Amino acid sequence: MTEDDNLPSLKDFEKRLEATRKRTAPPDPHEGSAGRGISGGLAQAMRVGMEMLAALLVGLALGWFLDEWLGTRPWLMLVCLLFGMTAGILNAYRVSRRLMQDPAAFDHPDEKN
Amino acid sequence: MTVAHAAGSPLEQFKITRLVEMEVGGLDVSFTNSAVWMVVVIVAISVSLLFAMRKGSMVPGRGQSVAELSYEFVANMVRDNVGSAGRAYFPFIFSLFMFILFANILGLIPYAFTVTSHIIVTFAMAITVFLGVTVIGLIKHRMRFFTLFLPKGIPMVIAPFLVIIELFSYLARPITLSLRLFANMMAGHTLLKVFGGFVVALGFLGIGPFVFIIALYGLELMVAFLQAYVFAILTCLYLNDALHLHH
Repeated sequence: MTEDDNLPSLKDFEKRLEATRKRTAPPDPHEGSAGRGISGGLAQAMRVGMEMLAALLVGLALGWFLDEWLGTRPWLMLVCLLFGMTAGILNAYRVSRRLMQDPAAFDHPDEKN
Repeated sequence: MTVAHAAGSPLEQFKITRLVEMEVGGLDVSFTNSAVWMVVVIVAISVSLLFAMRKGSMVPGRGQSVAELSYEFVANMVRDNVGSAGRAYFPFIFSLFMFILFANILGLIPYAFTVTSHIIVTFAMAITVFLGVTVIGLIKHRMRFFTLFLPKGIPMVIAPFLVIIELFSYLARPITLSLRLFANMMAGHTLLKVFGGFVVALGFLGIGPFVFIIALYGLELMVAFLQAYVFAILTCLYLNDALHLHH
């Protein structure tokens, strides 16, 4: 499909098709609805919570292995746990900001820029 | 107690059983029920796609429409999230998406084994994506890849802390990626089995939980698709980060 890009008529066709689609397409009734409601809200909350937990686990594991390796138990684990928590909060903040900007972001978690 | 036994433990469905015992260099590489279902998934994908596309007619029939739709769906996802640079990685993402989708959906068949309900399987896929994306980023940008961890316009005083925090948040990616898919599949299947146990235990009154299970099956079908989609789209986003170096 994309190999035919050098054909001007096809390129034009795609543009016209896109324009017609935009003009005539009715608003998708399902768009964004999956992210709403109780189960959708729960899924979002779980996603944010998981973000926090995952970074914390990474901090814990990394600190543990560094301690084992350098023999500095328990100090590096504590420091890494702190950084892990911070990273978790940062991740949770990023996800929730994305969800707030666009409630449908649960379905389309893309952040184009 | 006896009734609970009759219905089986809700966690029994996740049990791995060795079907063909094998050992290579002290490593247990037995052919398990999990492996059987992975093979089933791959055969199902290959057969359904090849069968649907056998004619390759200009005006697609039902099967061909489904095959083309799934192709277009992933192709659009890659194009929207990664851009034209992502075209080279389309086969990988398509395979990943189809594998997870089929594993999730085939796992919903009663007595089937859900491959993606094991953390080690999802983690293996997530770590492959993570390492692959990191290596791609390193090859494309060499040392400039590490600017991914340093947001622009940060005072030098707090920069070291931020780099560490960004590094941790980067390292958390495979964990969240695998945990999300695993937790969703495991929770859904456990819930189905628990309510299945209720149906058996309640006898005639079991019609209540039975109706609930039907609704839950619909939800699980959606979750099966949604999780495959989320896994694929997050792979696209990570790939985009590595190729274009921006947050």
